[in-house]
Amino acid sequence: MDSLEGKTAIITGAARGQGAAEARLFVAEGANVVLTDVNVEGAALAAELGERAHFMVHDVADAAAWKAVVAATIGRFSRLDILVNNAGVYRPAPLRDTDEALWDLHYRVNQLGVFLGMRSVLDAMVVSGGGSIINVSSNAGMKNVGGMFAYATSKWAVRGMSKLAATELAPSKIRVNSIHPGLIDTPMLGANDAERMKMFEAMIPLGRVGSVDEVSRLVTFLASDSASYITGAEITIDGGIG
Amino acid sequence: MARLAGRIALITGGARGIGRATAELFAAEGARVIATDVGEPSPAFTDPNITFSHLDVASESDWKSVVAGIIVNHGSIDILVNNAGIGGSQAVIDREALVDWNRVVAVNQTGVFLGMREVIPHMRARRRGSIVNFSSIWGISAVAGAAAYHATKGAVRHLTKNAAVTYATDGIRVNSIHPGIVATPMVLDEQPKSVSDAVIAATPMKRMAQPRELAYGCLFLASDESSFVTGAELVIDGGYLAQ
Repeated sequence: MDSLEGKTAIITGAARGQGAAEARLFVAEGANVVLTDVNVEGAALAAELGERAHFMVHDVADAAAWKAVVAATIGRFSRLDILVNNAGVYRPAPLRDTDEALWDLHYRVNQLGVFLGMRSVLDAMVVSGGGSIINVSSNAGMKNVGGMFAYATSKWAVRGMSKLAATELAPSKIRVNSIHPGLIDTPMLGANDAERMKMFEAMIPLGRVGSVDEVSRLVTFLASDSASYITGAEITIDGGIG
Repeated sequence: MARLAGRIALITGGARGIGRATAELFAAEGARVIATDVGEPSPAFTDPNITFSHLDVASESDWKSVVAGIIVNHGSIDILVNNAGIGGSQAVIDREALVDWNRVVAVNQTGVFLGMREVIPHMRARRRGSIVNFSSIWGISAVAGAAAYHATKGAVRHLTKNAAVTYATDGIRVNSIHPGIVATPMVLDEQPKSVSDAVIAATPMKRMAQPRELAYGCLFLASDESSFVTGAELVIDGGYLAQ
């Protein structure tokens, strides 16, 4: 794997699933990691990962909470090089069945959270000499995937924001890329009913769902200096659906 | 840690530029590399894990003999990097001679087809393989001129997706890389400096890539680290296409 030696990262939604796998791999590759989540289970994971991991309860839609997370990161590890905007919610419903609360939930976590995260880390990354931001969009942010109106909308927004940020932040030596996972074996998959899962699986040319470890390796690559000329890119990791 | 330990990799256009950087990186990561090109590498490779073979990617018979030789000597091919490419005349459509058009198609497009056709049966037999095809930012977006280059790089982009979907269940992954401007002989020696300067000015990072920065992307796609990535487009362009 590409080394993250000497780098410090913030990973949101790190208590379980994909975020937890990213935190494990980042620590294994030498990074310091601040794991954040609304779910306090993240504390146990951080404790298990040891000295180079630190957990904070964090609602990504709360600007003040972001301030505290960045301040704590600098306080503990003295620098900030990587942000993985991984936190997300997925409650699939078509437009007709999407009420304001469901819309708002997806907007706040998946979209507002990514925006606040990018804005909050800028100054600290500039002081550290640059950085890498990885925003987790989705296959549903690349194409028209029905039955998940609010989710897909938020993931299209993440894709667009990543490009806008990439060009704006290139002079500051901050790279911004989006990744677009297809079906990955996370707790989120449980939100699909059996019929939808069957339909999804049949769509994957590779014939299987992906693992959180596979996504973590892509995120590690983008976070590392090996990806030094990659910014504004959108990278699918979906077994060939895209 | 060797990320390609024991893998057999065939890299076209391996004498210089991105292909050479990729060959050297792959060998450093434990792969046995067969670097091919139409011209000898200068200076010669020093890494004992890199062997040079002559291969004109537009030649069906060259492909057959090089791949057969690799199978005889190494037993398999795990990785194919279709990197060889030419800029050609760079002409606009109404000034392009058919002979020039055909040459660019032969190298950039038919070469990728021939390479995959020759290697895929060996990968399928072992249910393992990763193919990386070099397209370009001009396979996704366009500027005026260089019609044949655009056309062939667009073809590579889409042929890659077709191959990815076709061979997914055979354990073969196929992805494309889309470089922006890279400090290679093709750009530094063959492209007018005014053109290169204009592309750099239009690139958010305001610089060219070094060949090594492409090689790292190629390494990720060639290795098992990208095991769920197929049919993907890896754009390595300093932000050019994001605008």
